[in-house]
Amino acid sequence: MSRPGPERTATGLAGLDCDPGETLLSVRDLRTYYESGDLIGGQPVKAVDGVSFDVKKGETLGIVGESGCGKTTLGRTLVRLEAATGGEVRVGDDDVTQLSGEDLQAWRRNAQVVFQDPESSLNDRMTVGEIVREPLDVHDWGTPAERRARVRSLLEKVGLQEEHYYRYPHQFSGGQRQRVGIARALALEPEFVVLDEPVSALDVSVQAQILNLLMDLQEELGLTYLFIAHDLSVVEHICDRVAVMYLGNVMELGPTEELFEDPANPYTRALLSAVPEPDPTAEIDRMTLRGTPPSPRDPPQGCPFSTRCPVKIRPEGFEDVDDETWEAIEVFRETLRARSRAERSLSEQAREFLGFETRFATVDEVVEELFADRELPGSIREPVDRATDLARDGDEAPALDHLREELGSVCDHEPPAAHGVDATARESRCHRHDDEYEEPAAVGPSVGDAE
Amino acid sequence: MVADSSRSDAGTAAEPADDRLLEVENLQTVFHTERETIRAVDGISFGIAEGETLGLVGESGSGKSVTARSIMGLVDSPGELLPDSSIRFDGRELTGLSETQYESVRGGGVAMVFQDPLSTLNPVYTVGNQIEEALSLHRGLSGLEATEKAIELLEDVGIPDAARRVSEYPHEFSGGMRQRAVIAMALACDPDLLICDEPTTALDVTIQAQILELLADLQEEHGLSILFITHDMGVIAEVCDRVAVMYAGEVVEQAPVVELFENPRHPYTRGLLRSIPSTQRGADRLETIEGEVPTPNAPATDCRFAPRCPEAFDACREVHPEPVPVATETADADADHTAACLLYPEDETREQAVDRHAIEDAPPGAGAVDSGGESR
Repeated sequence: MSRPGPERTATGLAGLDCDPGETLLSVRDLRTYYESGDLIGGQPVKAVDGVSFDVKKGETLGIVGESGCGKTTLGRTLVRLEAATGGEVRVGDDDVTQLSGEDLQAWRRNAQVVFQDPESSLNDRMTVGEIVREPLDVHDWGTPAERRARVRSLLEKVGLQEEHYYRYPHQFSGGQRQRVGIARALALEPEFVVLDEPVSALDVSVQAQILNLLMDLQEELGLTYLFIAHDLSVVEHICDRVAVMYLGNVMELGPTEELFEDPANPYTRALLSAVPEPDPTAEIDRMTLRGTPPSPRDPPQGCPFSTRCPVKIRPEGFEDVDDETWEAIEVFRETLRARSRAERSLSEQAREFLGFETRFATVDEVVEELFADRELPGSIREPVDRATDLARDGDEAPALDHLREELGSVCDHEPPAAHGVDATARESRCHRHDDEYEEPAAVGPSVGDAE
Repeated sequence: MVADSSRSDAGTAAEPADDRLLEVENLQTVFHTERETIRAVDGISFGIAEGETLGLVGESGSGKSVTARSIMGLVDSPGELLPDSSIRFDGRELTGLSETQYESVRGGGVAMVFQDPLSTLNPVYTVGNQIEEALSLHRGLSGLEATEKAIELLEDVGIPDAARRVSEYPHEFSGGMRQRAVIAMALACDPDLLICDEPTTALDVTIQAQILELLADLQEEHGLSILFITHDMGVIAEVCDRVAVMYAGEVVEQAPVVELFENPRHPYTRGLLRSIPSTQRGADRLETIEGEVPTPNAPATDCRFAPRCPEAFDACREVHPEPVPVATETADADADHTAACLLYPEDETREQAVDRHAIEDAPPGAGAVDSGGESR
């Protein structure tokens, strides 16, 4: 094995040496599932559930989404900290998910991570110098003297001083610790860096310092970033392109400016409208989403966002039902879903079996509350009654199936395909981009920087 | 107290202090350690009127949470409130109350919502149990009556299927639902003042939007006053009527929310607003405030922001600035806008302004400038 050292130029994997602007990473239908650990019948957690995108050399690709949407798992899978369940990650002719031996080592040298929490990602018992030197030691980089010199120059590069070499992480503030984390990630001159929420634990004034540093380093070293974050204003500032994730899927992907100016996907629109603007005179026209994301163990059959979507397509024949009644149906379904997720303790199962009242026996109250004051047409009343009967026996799954069959639309039945939504190769997954339906923007409140 | 009387004079012109539900004056909360005394909250004053939302904003370590805990009487040894501090709630002085007396305040008048709902809730009791406990302590309800009231409260905070969820444990709730349950617990004692300490920081933006909406509805419904602590300027802009900006244990600027965002006067406030990425769309580099927030471990004899301040001059390192009215002519006459910075008042020469701050800062009875260390 050729020892990497200061004189080293070749990266080890042919695909990494492409020119700026060319495709560095090509992710296709990538899946990462976590097995449940149950002996029988457990559903895996589908953390990343079939995502495809390219990362171009020298760009910053942002991954945004709520917690639990799979953005961190995606980043960890790309650098082989998690094993992919399916799909591929192409670098030139190599598939990262299949690499082993020297090739895998070469990839690991070239793909580094900066973690979110600088408190827990630095070993408290090592000095800053040892922490930054560790990757050099592991990959047998140069001579010991060269390594020490390299660490000193790295510390200087990230805005720390040489004398910090012998200090311990607890002697530093959060911003400085994150600088140490960045120096460690850059030690082996990687091509590709996954930044997993690098500034979300920091105060806003310190956050700005770190963002500036990251941008300077990218320019100086020609780095390619995958920037994972939930803070949309940070993403808007630093990223060239953005992928919006929801429940393991990429809902919308496109150039930052266009995506923020005129978001196409209903989820992107809801996400953007939820961010409070630092302007007290701004008018709030918010699409507040109902409930929480569904469980990645049991994602919806159709569109992942269909359980919360404010502009979900109605099935044929129900277009004229008033909004509040329709909302009540969606809330009913949401309630049943929540119940089906709730765990029943052994004593509850026994009580149910013996016909005693349990906390699940209140489905009639729920229906009463939601629908009592409403005039329901027979086409709605019937499925609701039937579902109530089914749910009363304590098994919500058939009730949900019934409601989906009778009152579900294309959004409940089919996953949406990616549609090109403007001239910039932006893609969005939503049935409303089909010609036969109205665009999301036409039915919801206006969102985005463009007024 | 020379400093305080002149300070509240400025306030009384607009609004008599007695009318306000909560009046905090010269609050000083210190923590004694072996090496030093940390002055986590160092002489801050503010008030909240009925139905008003005051935002307390600042970076971590600026003393926001300690302020909240001081009002709630939750400062334990090695921490203490210094003798000059005053917290008046509904006309009643809270400092110096015994633990039993304080319990009636926490139950009856003031409730608090903490940042992390998971650590606020007890994992081994059902959510219903915990709300019922609050109901039995503060309203004397028990049994079926309490359960029904708990379900009602959960419905009030927008938890669907409340009759079932009341018997679930905190781990069965999602993050947003947990925070709703915590808010339900806070409402159980029918408070007049709700202290929210970063209630949405641990939540996603879509859930944050739900919780902010809920708080606004509840405030309207119950006529609550809210002290809202956050570091997020976006949230401040959305929920607050007035804002107090904290830095290193002190309030450096205080103003109505629109006035603060449109016309920030203190260099720290300006820097804070400018370092938010969304306020500088299109800029290549973000403006930053260099350096870090200092830990206040001695009485201030200078401006604590001076080492990081782009506009600092020599006197900033020698004179401790006091809050002075800084409302501009364009602003509402009773805008009640103050900043603690030697640059103000603007209509005086710099020497006059510095002298004014130096005199106001002097402790009672002392004429000299450099004797600020006596309160220790």
